Amino acid sequence: MHELSITRNIVATVVEHARGRKVEGVTLKVGDLAGIELQALRFCFDVCTDGTCLEGAKLHIEQIPGRGRCLECDELVALEQPIAICPCDKRARLVIEAGEELLIHSMEVH
Amino acid sequence: MCRTCGCSDGNMVTVGNADGDHTHILPDGTVIEHHGHSHDHGHSHDHGHSHDHGHSHDLGHSHDLGHSHDHGHSHDHGHAQGPSKVEILEAKVMEKNERLAERNRGWFAGREVLALNLMSSPGSGKTTLLERTLRELDEPSTVVEGDQETARDAERLRATGVPVVQVNTGTGCHLEADMVWMGLQTLKPDAGSVVFIENVGNLVCPALFDLGENKRVVLFSITEGEDKPLKYPHMFKAADLVLITKMDLLPHLDFDLEEAKASVAAIAPDARIMEVSTKSGDGLAAWYDWIRETKKVAAA
Repeated sequence: MHELSITRNIVATVVEHARGRKVEGVTLKVGDLAGIELQALRFCFDVCTDGTCLEGAKLHIEQIPGRGRCLECDELVALEQPIAICPCDKRARLVIEAGEELLIHSMEVH
Repeated sequence: MCRTCGCSDGNMVTVGNADGDHTHILPDGTVIEHHGHSHDHGHSHDHGHSHDHGHSHDLGHSHDLGHSHDHGHSHDHGHAQGPSKVEILEAKVMEKNERLAERNRGWFAGREVLALNLMSSPGSGKTTLLERTLRELDEPSTVVEGDQETARDAERLRATGVPVVQVNTGTGCHLEADMVWMGLQTLKPDAGSVVFIENVGNLVCPALFDLGENKRVVLFSITEGEDKPLKYPHMFKAADLVLITKMDLLPHLDFDLEEAKASVAAIAPDARIMEVSTKSGDGLAAWYDWIRETKKVAAA
């Protein structure tokens, strides 16, 4: 359940940027290959924001699909897991181009 | 509950040495230090006070008081409460841990210390491998031992004569860079030594936390099944070395070694793979050679 400590980091970063203002919403960008369980993250968000300037804030999560590029056939491959070998005939090296993001994109403040 | 000083725990992290000195890190990052020896003297009152500290943090609701200030503001809202505005942050969530990991990395590099982060599921043989390694490696070594609870593994490893610091993560399921930093302050490893960091037994969470180590070593035992790397790709993708352990059990199991290696290669094509048995000693010479070689490269 690393989502708890990750959520604490999110809340601490937003609190710092908010400088006492009330935060109404937070938007995250989370890649599908980032190793984050979104349901756990949402649960932890409600717990961790309690008693802070984020209390009651809405959590928006923008999911970023996993994508890799095969070094042999140069094809873009949709990825659900961070595999490193292309499922193409040549079973060549696959470089992950998207899906590992874990960012606090923005916050909505008054 | 901390059995040494009776501190209540919550999500507290505890770092302790063999003398009973230990440090708690509260969820908000506050550090509370307790000295094992002072328990024998009448200083326990002082401890009581530091507990109060803990509590005031727990209250955290002193923040609620802050809200009454906010209420004050809400009176102004008639004027001030316009539409909310969006501020773009684009902040990396893991930035703080990454910064602290960089500090550890610099600390290791400056002392030419080789730091190895050992990770696996519970029960795949990390502590047993370390016990034998510490006895046979013949390199100056220390251990940062991570477990959710108890100092049992640290005690097993201390019996080898090597300094060990136990980090109890409480409800936490992985080590983070600041915990390793605190462990290092207690351990004070010699220049040119090897620091083994035994992470909390868990194939998921530790993968996401850089500790500033030189290399990541992931163990998986042949009782766990060939497809473990495919099921836990986040852990295996960052491995520099994969140790397939408990090889002495091979005759008793239907374990396909080649399939296991193919699973590793699909996730971590650059990782070295070694087969070892801590019980029989087979394969350990290669593991020791790898440590010595990696240390030379790290110090170069």
